[in-house]
Amino acid sequence: MNLPLVRLLVDRLVGWLIVLCVMLAAIPVLVLLLFVVLKGLPGILTPGFFTEPPHPQGVPGGGVLNAIIGTVEIVGIASLLAVPIGALIGIFLSEYGRNQIGDTVRFISDVLTGLPSIAFGIFAYTVVVVTTHHFSALAASIALAVLMLPLILRATETALVLVPQSLREAGLAIGAPRWRVTLEIIVPAALGGIVTGALLAMARAAGETAPLLFTALGNDTVQTNPLQPMGALSLTVFRNALLPYQNVQDQAWAAALLLVIMVAATNILARIYVRRIQR
Amino acid sequence: MQTEIVPPTVDGADVEIKLDARRVNFFYGDFQALHDASLAVQARKITALIGPSGCGKTTFLRIFNRMHDLTPGTRATGEVLLDGHNVLSPDTDVINLRRQVGMLFQRANPFPKSIYDNVAYGPHILGWSKPQIDEIVEESLKDTGLWDEVKDRLRRSALNLSGGQQQRLCLARALAVKPEVILMDEPASALDPIATLRIEELMQELKKRYTIVIVTHNMQQSARVSDFTAFMLMNERRAGEVIEFGPTDDIFNRPKDSRTEDYITGRFG
Repeated sequence: MNLPLVRLLVDRLVGWLIVLCVMLAAIPVLVLLLFVVLKGLPGILTPGFFTEPPHPQGVPGGGVLNAIIGTVEIVGIASLLAVPIGALIGIFLSEYGRNQIGDTVRFISDVLTGLPSIAFGIFAYTVVVVTTHHFSALAASIALAVLMLPLILRATETALVLVPQSLREAGLAIGAPRWRVTLEIIVPAALGGIVTGALLAMARAAGETAPLLFTALGNDTVQTNPLQPMGALSLTVFRNALLPYQNVQDQAWAAALLLVIMVAATNILARIYVRRIQR
Repeated sequence: MQTEIVPPTVDGADVEIKLDARRVNFFYGDFQALHDASLAVQARKITALIGPSGCGKTTFLRIFNRMHDLTPGTRATGEVLLDGHNVLSPDTDVINLRRQVGMLFQRANPFPKSIYDNVAYGPHILGWSKPQIDEIVEESLKDTGLWDEVKDRLRRSALNLSGGQQQRLCLARALAVKPEVILMDEPASALDPIATLRIEELMQELKKRYTIVIVTHNMQQSARVSDFTAFMLMNERRAGEVIEFGPTDDIFNRPKDSRTEDYITGRFG
């Protein structure tokens, strides 16, 4: 038997296996995306989809303006809470957390990551809704912020750990204090990874439904006050998909598609921004 | 065992000892990496540390500006006197020490920032004014022969420079905070021969104003650039020791210790 020939065949075989595996992984995602686009397009093209709140049941037309505003506001407030705190904890873990305290924080964070998302809803319900006697968007933001926190801090830590030790030494060797090296050299060097982590957490939060059920509750009118119940795209999908009306179900698909587009757009914009400031 | 190392003197001249390491022992946890290492570094001269891999040259060098503080579980005993003050004592202001004793690393490690910002970072931390910083950036880049090469692209990323340019940029960055001593840890080991030559030429210029300690694998380099050479070797317990220290000419041509001679003549290492 000719050895180089065997090698060639094995090489080809493994190459095709890899292509096959990639396809197995990619096809479900692509099919899902295609499905959402095809099913969502009619709804999204309905006049008034972006500009009107839902109409009462049985009345044709109507849109999801309430839910768009709700998702942006709820996720926005959650990010304002979770990104700074999560990033700071991540910085602590990477730069100062090689000890018992760091290990404890990491353990708690890992446990939080594994918690079912409805638990965050119950938490915010007990802590915010019950004490204020009021469903509110703010309660939803708090639930989502706690959900985002472990994702952001772990992503931040990972991004910072990847910054070569030689950069830290370079900064310290010219007599810079450690905190300045961390904030002015190491964090900027890892900014791409940190922003990506924050975005993934935001995307995850934007798609969550369970933590909103008994916090934001849902609202069919346009509401911008975070202390009031509020709609959200994920809630629209959840509620409308269960109703037996075709146009309402179309709206659910359209809301899902819009959610995908919003997350993708945020991602792309942030990436362009990071690339620009890192140049 | 080890003979007492006396600071080498140059006939008649006033000898100013800038950095004086006395019986330094160094531990990584339980492992002893340096045993009674002593070295008297003369001001405005180039002192080279040579020896085979693992003999503790770099460990020794990094003690001089307390870079070993960054590695958990390490401990240094003995004295390293910088102008008479013991660097190893707990009351040393490490930040101030590192401003006085700068460092150039084995691999160029510019910040992922612009060329200007790399050099300006140290002065910026010291709180100097913008015109002062502009001036010191230009001066430092001129001192390292980079100015003409980069003056039109100071705002471009330092990472686009060649390896040799990056290393000279790191040198400029170190010079910008006006250090007195510059430690170099095999600064040319990742560079091609021409870039290496540039660095060596620069060292000759810089030694008029700065005290330089260089670790090198390369015996020819030590012979070419240094005024004094210390030869280091692991002892039987794998701890590094200074075997012989003296004027470079003596170490290479008239070594007193047979182990130095064996190493210099390439019989081992």
